[in-house]
Amino acid sequence: MAIITFEGQAYECKENETVLDCLNAHGVPVPSSCKAGVCQTCLMRAMKGEVPEESQKGLKSTLVEQNYFLACSCQPVEDIEVSLPETEVGKIPATVIGIEPLNSDIVCVRLYPGRDFEYRAGQYINFFKDESVSRSYSLASVAGLDDCIKLHVRKIPQGRVSTWIHESLFPGDTVEISEAAGDCFYVPGNPEQGLLLVGTGSGLAPLYGIVRDALMAGHAGPIRLYHGSLNVEGLYLISELRQLAREYDNFSYIPCVSGGEAPDGFAAGIVLDVALKETPKLSGWRVYLCGNPDMVNAARKKTFLAGASMKDIYADPFVPSRP
Amino acid sequence: MSGTLYEKIGGEAAVNAAVDIFYRKVLSDDRINRFFEGVDMDRQAAKQKAFLTMAFGGPNNYTGEDMRRGHAHLVAKGLNDAHFDAVMENLGATLTELNVPAELIAQAAAIAESTRNDVLGK
Repeated sequence: MAIITFEGQAYECKENETVLDCLNAHGVPVPSSCKAGVCQTCLMRAMKGEVPEESQKGLKSTLVEQNYFLACSCQPVEDIEVSLPETEVGKIPATVIGIEPLNSDIVCVRLYPGRDFEYRAGQYINFFKDESVSRSYSLASVAGLDDCIKLHVRKIPQGRVSTWIHESLFPGDTVEISEAAGDCFYVPGNPEQGLLLVGTGSGLAPLYGIVRDALMAGHAGPIRLYHGSLNVEGLYLISELRQLAREYDNFSYIPCVSGGEAPDGFAAGIVLDVALKETPKLSGWRVYLCGNPDMVNAARKKTFLAGASMKDIYADPFVPSRP
Repeated sequence: MSGTLYEKIGGEAAVNAAVDIFYRKVLSDDRINRFFEGVDMDRQAAKQKAFLTMAFGGPNNYTGEDMRRGHAHLVAKGLNDAHFDAVMENLGATLTELNVPAELIAQAAAIAESTRNDVLGK
């Protein structure tokens, strides 16, 4: 008989009983709908212990990698500790070791977490200004390549957290961050698959991490990164990305400017249009989209209609979707 | 051939193969795609999957009442028989594309058709 631990309480799971039935029977409210492993309303995460493969059918590979499962189709064979997806994650102290400009309104913040910090490039953290005010920032660093974690922070007019980071935060300061979360990251496997990455503004941060993570993992298929802004001044890491494209034959970097004519080496037009013009058929491709929400929403639809499978489109930098 | 309709069509693997094709058809169909505007696509795809599972005779817990509640806001926006017909057409075209035998398509269509009054709030 397996023991299910949820929020510190242990529950005995009877033979042939699902995690959903067991928790519900004990008065723990886990949302559910179809109870057939289809609608994914009862999404949970195993913090300890292995869940049967059966309970992860149909989930995105990034959710499987993080041990998410469907409570309605999970009959545990060993003891597991489980949580609901949106449970508040713990805070971790971190030391600021550098704040450097990437362009006129985006800085790179480098941090040393105060304790072991596991993350996947492209996930996000919450960055706390104080007890009650925090903002989410994507991780541009790669665990196997960078010795610290890196965020790209754009200064938002009247933005409480970004203004504070830009104006009042200095190397040596200690801040609090959350654990890494989110399902927008590179999963090894299927190394020949094409990867299309489209971002605007500081939406480059997770994509910069994902590209380098994929290259480090030996991804062999084409990797195409399109970064867009109104003008050249809005782009950044241009020389680093051009250098990377010289080093790896399968990686191409296409900076795009949407406000008028483009100088040599830049594409003219809306970043999504440029990307889809060059790669109009996306059947079999994996797609990563980050940045301006309007662009991301339009891009999800257009890349799907261009043939990418829903399961291969990684767009939402925030919590896994719950119907 | 023995087994349930769901088994004959190909079970979960068939649903997985059908969901992208079906959802892509629906989103590309100008007669009905306005009803799908501004909705989270992952959630939408999960719902399409639940719908296809049901139409394929697979496991589901959906009731007529759920169908009514789930579509009431669309009925208020003008969802009618013509739109339902368009969805049925897309369902048939999806299954044809997947080489499902005509006789099984007819059975799946009959299941989907049985939800018409609930979906349209009649």
